[in-house]
Amino acid sequence: MSVAKPLPHDAAKLHVTGAARYVDDMPVPADCLHLAFGLSTVAAGRITSIDFDPVRDYPGVVGVWRAKDLPGPCDCSPSNHDEPLLAGNTIRYLGQPVFLVAATSHHAARHAVRAVKMEVQKRDAILTVDEAMAAESRFEEGPRIWKRGDAGEAIDAAPHRIEGRIEMGGQEHFYLEGQAALAFPQEGGDMVVHSSTQHPSEIQHKVADALGVPMHAVRVETRRMGGGFGGKESQGNALAIACAVVAQATGRPVKMRYDRDDDMTITGKRHDFRIDYCAGFDDEGRLLGVEFEQFTRCGWAQDLSLPVADRAMLHADNAYYIPAMRVESHRLKTNTQSATAFRGFGGPQGMLGIERVLDHVAHTLGRDPLEVRRLNYYAPTKGGAAPRPPAADSPRDILAKKKELEAHPDEDLTSRGAQDVTPDSSPAPTVPEGVQTTHYGQPVEDFILHEMTERLAESCNYAERRRAVAAWNAENPVLKRGLALTPVKFGISFTLTHLNQAGALVHVYQDGSISMNHGGTEMGQGLFQKVAQVAATSFGVPLESVKITATDTGKVPNTSATAASSGSDLNGMAVKAACDEIRERMAEHLAKLHQDNPRDVRFEEGMVKVGGERIPFAEAAQLCYMGRVSLSATGFYKVPKLNWDRLKGQGRPFFYFAYGAACSEVVVDTLTGEHRTLATHILHDCGSSLNPAIDRGQVEGGFVQGAGWLTSEELVWDETGRLRTHAPSTYKIPACSDRPDVFEVELWDGRNIEETIYRSKAVGEPPFMLGISVLMALSDAVAACGTGYPSLDAPATPERVLAAVRKLRDGV
Amino acid sequence: MSPSISLTINGEARAVALDDPRVTLLDLLRERLDLPGTKKGCDRGQCGACTVLVDGRRVNSCLTLAATLDGAEITTIEGLALGEELHPVQAAFIENDAFQCGYCTPGQIMSAVGLISEGSAGDDPERIREGMSGNICRCAAYHGITIAVQEATRNMIRTDKEDAA
Repeated sequence: MSVAKPLPHDAAKLHVTGAARYVDDMPVPADCLHLAFGLSTVAAGRITSIDFDPVRDYPGVVGVWRAKDLPGPCDCSPSNHDEPLLAGNTIRYLGQPVFLVAATSHHAARHAVRAVKMEVQKRDAILTVDEAMAAESRFEEGPRIWKRGDAGEAIDAAPHRIEGRIEMGGQEHFYLEGQAALAFPQEGGDMVVHSSTQHPSEIQHKVADALGVPMHAVRVETRRMGGGFGGKESQGNALAIACAVVAQATGRPVKMRYDRDDDMTITGKRHDFRIDYCAGFDDEGRLLGVEFEQFTRCGWAQDLSLPVADRAMLHADNAYYIPAMRVESHRLKTNTQSATAFRGFGGPQGMLGIERVLDHVAHTLGRDPLEVRRLNYYAPTKGGAAPRPPAADSPRDILAKKKELEAHPDEDLTSRGAQDVTPDSSPAPTVPEGVQTTHYGQPVEDFILHEMTERLAESCNYAERRRAVAAWNAENPVLKRGLALTPVKFGISFTLTHLNQAGALVHVYQDGSISMNHGGTEMGQGLFQKVAQVAATSFGVPLESVKITATDTGKVPNTSATAASSGSDLNGMAVKAACDEIRERMAEHLAKLHQDNPRDVRFEEGMVKVGGERIPFAEAAQLCYMGRVSLSATGFYKVPKLNWDRLKGQGRPFFYFAYGAACSEVVVDTLTGEHRTLATHILHDCGSSLNPAIDRGQVEGGFVQGAGWLTSEELVWDETGRLRTHAPSTYKIPACSDRPDVFEVELWDGRNIEETIYRSKAVGEPPFMLGISVLMALSDAVAACGTGYPSLDAPATPERVLAAVRKLRDGV
Repeated sequence: MSPSISLTINGEARAVALDDPRVTLLDLLRERLDLPGTKKGCDRGQCGACTVLVDGRRVNSCLTLAATLDGAEITTIEGLALGEELHPVQAAFIENDAFQCGYCTPGQIMSAVGLISEGSAGDDPERIREGMSGNICRCAAYHGITIAVQEATRNMIRTDKEDAA
């Protein structure tokens, strides 16, 4: 059986020999054109004149396009149709593509765009949260508000109360492979697009829309990405559309890739957040009521900001039961890059808000933050309530859905930015006795963090190290240590319920080899390997018998983005459904041949056991072929139990929760603010792991990326709206030497209580938030410098840490 | 007239006319010589994805002008394995899950080969981490990378000793 084995990545040998191809590595015909965007140089304004003659005259230039030269708006938005490929005369952020140049080489195109003479009348840009709030510049009509009970009343009645604010920066994806697309025009106006994207169906939809052709005329293929992290869910649309439009206009193949500076200047990043909080609690630190006000700069276009901000609200409880709660969320429109999906999708920001509250509460009472955290955990549930039969779909309000579709005829249904006015699916969740619900009404049925925390605290010697840190800090005036153990509870599923579906296509060839395709994309997370393991296990064949082919909209249609950590859950189940179907057909035929019962046919160790005989799988496939049995099947899966109304903020948006806990110890130089993570111990829940090696990699990598977000990765815009950190020289990504000196990762040995693929759990995003332990440890170290609460913002760069230390020591 | 250079790439002597004297080694490899295994990450010498060996020394090929390499011996990721037999560093990267998306991997491996031959890190993990810190891995497979370099170093020392004996 292949599942649960720590097998290496499916393309491992290709990667280490340099033979693994990414979009920019694909051979192209000699007549291939290369594109570059000309970018705006102000954050807001109006173009008054533009002279392209020097651009056209540049050697190698074949064509120049402005918005008015395009076949239509060529919208790139995954949601609100507010992102034209090229700006008209109105400029909305610094770095916005204004025109497009096609040339015979990448360098010629890049050089040529700089020859443009463009005059712009500047306008005042809205850059900050305060500016946007003052100008009422926002998406949606007003703030979204979800609540349970009366938080204000609960806080007023509470024995203790704190108020505070945390600011947290955004984050550049810095996928090592920049955005890239390559379009090949086909006969009859068809188009084949190779794109480095997490969402081939979205690319297909947007390209078809731009070209004015049906979706069947566009085929999108994605073999792999050199990293995605959410940055390739919608941000690749512009390149693919540009390539397709120019390919259609010229009849030549067209390639586009962003240089790093352009990539960082043009594309969206993680949403930065400001969270104001007010909490009431008892003498022990038990939360009685919490109010959050979340502000996020969404940038110039809506993109996926609404579901991102929703997820921040959904994770404002993290692992804690809060009897009265109010979350208000402001999605602000600013003249900056359009912030987008990034691992965690708002979850980390919401979670950091409540972790800050817990830290602040503990500091106020002088209690160990871990004790206060545990005190507030959701009630333990002993591995979850008794399983219930899967609920049948409730009757839907078909008319409302139809009306909704009619109102938006070109709605991009496979995007997370799609509207979801009419909730459908299962009936509202029932709450088993003794189970607490989240502030949005979802029962927390498998709350295993009590046991996980216990085990981690023990294995990392938390109590002893807490004493050692205190002793160290009492003796050392300059170097201060800090320790923190923080939990993660992360909801798994797309919050746009209808996206929780997947398809797969499986072929068994007459030589017993198996070809498999699904809607998920491979970006390093090991999805292909995990899904191939599922297929190999289904047929009882060695993994080498299974070939995973590039994601292709011509093979599996209407796929969701490989996002929300859902890749293995959704595609694994869809592949299993297809394999089961073929296996049943084979079993039936072979049983008939051997006068056996189909149910007794076994597929194991490369053999098929039937009627007391053992036939090699290849021979079995041949027999089935000769018996005219179809050896090809599609598989389909949809996640059960979901029911979510985002307008009310009520229901069950998540199939289940994934859990984790991390303990980090840091040391801070209080004279410089420099700091270092001395040790991190992690215990993470992957359910029954499909591949422990891949899962460990996700946990380690997620933690490092999360810690990077909160410590070293700082995005800086100047007062004109120019992003000053547009290269790794000024934007510090964790390097090999930045990982903790001691780094222990253990996987929790448990099973998902829900029926997921082999009872595993999703692992892409949850570990990212383990990085919060580092920020909390830094806060702990800074707190040792005085008596006040540090209120440390993120990223906690040495500069910020030093400022926090000084504030505590000198009150400045 | 465009300048031309002679250099050895992965053991093969090549004479290359440079259309543009400003072309970098990275662009020469990727766009002229059909060797796209070397990756372009930042194109400004800060991410390490483009690392190759020039006369056995690791360099960022995006910052190296091809015109300065007349007579040089270049090794890229494509030239590391002996036919089907992987270089010990390549094998150790697979063995220790030292990558996820794979895009930085050619640079990491070339950097590791360079580091090991520099001989200054030995199998000390802290020195390896420091010596490999010029190669960014956004997936943060650093744990595996460190162990892979450590293991490859040990294997190569063992093989050298066996060869000497």
